[in-house]
Amino acid sequence: MTVLLETRGLSRDFGGLRAVDRVDFSLMQGEIRALIGPNGAGKTTFVGLVCGRLAPSAGTIVFDGADITSLPAHRRVRLGIAYTFQITSVFSNLSIFDNVALAVQRTLADGRAQGRLRASVTEALERVGLADRASLPAGQLAYGHQRLLEVAMGLALKPRLMVLDEPTQGLGDGEIEAFIALVREIAAEATVLLIEHNMDVVMQLADRITVLEAGRVLAEGTPDAIRADEAVQRAYLGGSA
Amino acid sequence: MNGTLRLYALHGAVVALLVALNFLLPAYHHGLMARILVLATFAMGYNLTFGYGGLLSLGHAMFFAAGLYGAGLGIHHLGLGVPAAFLAALACGAVLALPVGLLALRTTGVAFMIVTLMFSQAFHLAILYFSAFTGGDQGLVLKPQQRRIETWLGTLDLTDPTTRYLSALTLFAVVLFVLLAMVRSGFGRALVAIRENEERTRMLGYDTFANRLAALVVSGTVCAAAGAAYGLLFGYVGANFASVQYSILPLLWVLLGGAATTLGPLFGTVFMYYMVDITSGYTSAYMLVVGVILILLVLFFRKGLLGTLRERWLGWLP
Repeated sequence: MTVLLETRGLSRDFGGLRAVDRVDFSLMQGEIRALIGPNGAGKTTFVGLVCGRLAPSAGTIVFDGADITSLPAHRRVRLGIAYTFQITSVFSNLSIFDNVALAVQRTLADGRAQGRLRASVTEALERVGLADRASLPAGQLAYGHQRLLEVAMGLALKPRLMVLDEPTQGLGDGEIEAFIALVREIAAEATVLLIEHNMDVVMQLADRITVLEAGRVLAEGTPDAIRADEAVQRAYLGGSA
Repeated sequence: MNGTLRLYALHGAVVALLVALNFLLPAYHHGLMARILVLATFAMGYNLTFGYGGLLSLGHAMFFAAGLYGAGLGIHHLGLGVPAAFLAALACGAVLALPVGLLALRTTGVAFMIVTLMFSQAFHLAILYFSAFTGGDQGLVLKPQQRRIETWLGTLDLTDPTTRYLSALTLFAVVLFVLLAMVRSGFGRALVAIRENEERTRMLGYDTFANRLAALVVSGTVCAAAGAAYGLLFGYVGANFASVQYSILPLLWVLLGGAATTLGPLFGTVFMYYMVDITSGYTSAYMLVVGVILILLVLFFRKGLLGTLRERWLGWLP
């Protein structure tokens, strides 16, 4: 297995607060990695650094063998890092088709190839089950469906690394089941880095788990190892998991 | 595709109607409409950054004036022919928009309004300052013999009302269809996406700055084309076209007609122009009447004439 993503000494300060503190992290190609930790542990900040939404205060980020620390976010997306937002942020005034088309047209060498654009958009929408609603404004979708649209946009980028920031937040039980199946499908083609609070989802999906606390890596290992880890139980699981 | 056909048919019908007006309108309105078509082109250029790009510029008078003076000074000092002067004007618009964009687009919102306003004011003052060259606040008058195009088919005289009207309409139609194609392309979609949610668009892999800059350069070039046409067709190149009033007018026209609609700028310009024209025939306090009408329009047609139409009934309008 090859390393897809690696960070060394990655840190980010906000004023006096060190939100991410010298994190050494590596992600293997093809795995599903869950990132867990209590609120304020620095999870979203950490993936923000990986995606380029934030600039690091110190440290380096290597993606597929190349140093991307100083690359702007849009260049990282083009290298294959897709990010789906924690707070749903689809373009609510645009049609569902246009939302996905925005992602697709970037990956097509010739953006004017209307036929291929339509085919790729439909394909991405079919994977999340929204193809029959393509012409509706995205804002008219129910919350759970907006989350699916968000994932469809990520999929349409044909990413190598898909970062999902709390994808199941606010979803019902049935929707979560469907989501787990969808993430498994995504993982067949891409590496998945998943921030998740729902421990059932984490335990079902993750190959490995990284636990952050106060900006640092507290523990890392398989779901069983993490479940058994005493420090993790104290910090996060409250001993009840 | 059916939808595409319908759109081009609609826009084609509007242009055909304007061609028909050339033969139907009495002299006074014929001249007024020629002017309106040029100014509507200016408004369409403004609409690309304001409506589609979501950037409220208060400095587009400088692009209009760059075209006006680019063409006018080229003819006056360099003895350029009309086609060369027009091309020089386009170049002036693009060359001005690029550095202005590079600097101004580092800001957004209110700061962007102020920065563009300042650039435009500086441009206006520069025209007044270099009066030996530009004619200052007197401006320059282009002589009729300087406003002719010699072609192998004969002479095209831009002072002739019909030629003038059809030239203005040609420019309007070309810009209308170019912008229609542009806003329906991937670029147009990206521009609207940046307006709606810049951060999300960035995370789809778009260089949002570069897209906005491209929009501003196209917009500046279109406005310069309108400015050049204005000078060439009406023979006067004046500094007041660089004043802040000419930055606010396209904003009003676009708002009235409907921001981010392809045909809105035309309707807004026609409406505003005729509203002033008609009310000023009755009372010297016409600005009061215009003001009241504008307030009512804003209250009941919040998104402009076509924007409201699109929102309520015609969702397919671009």
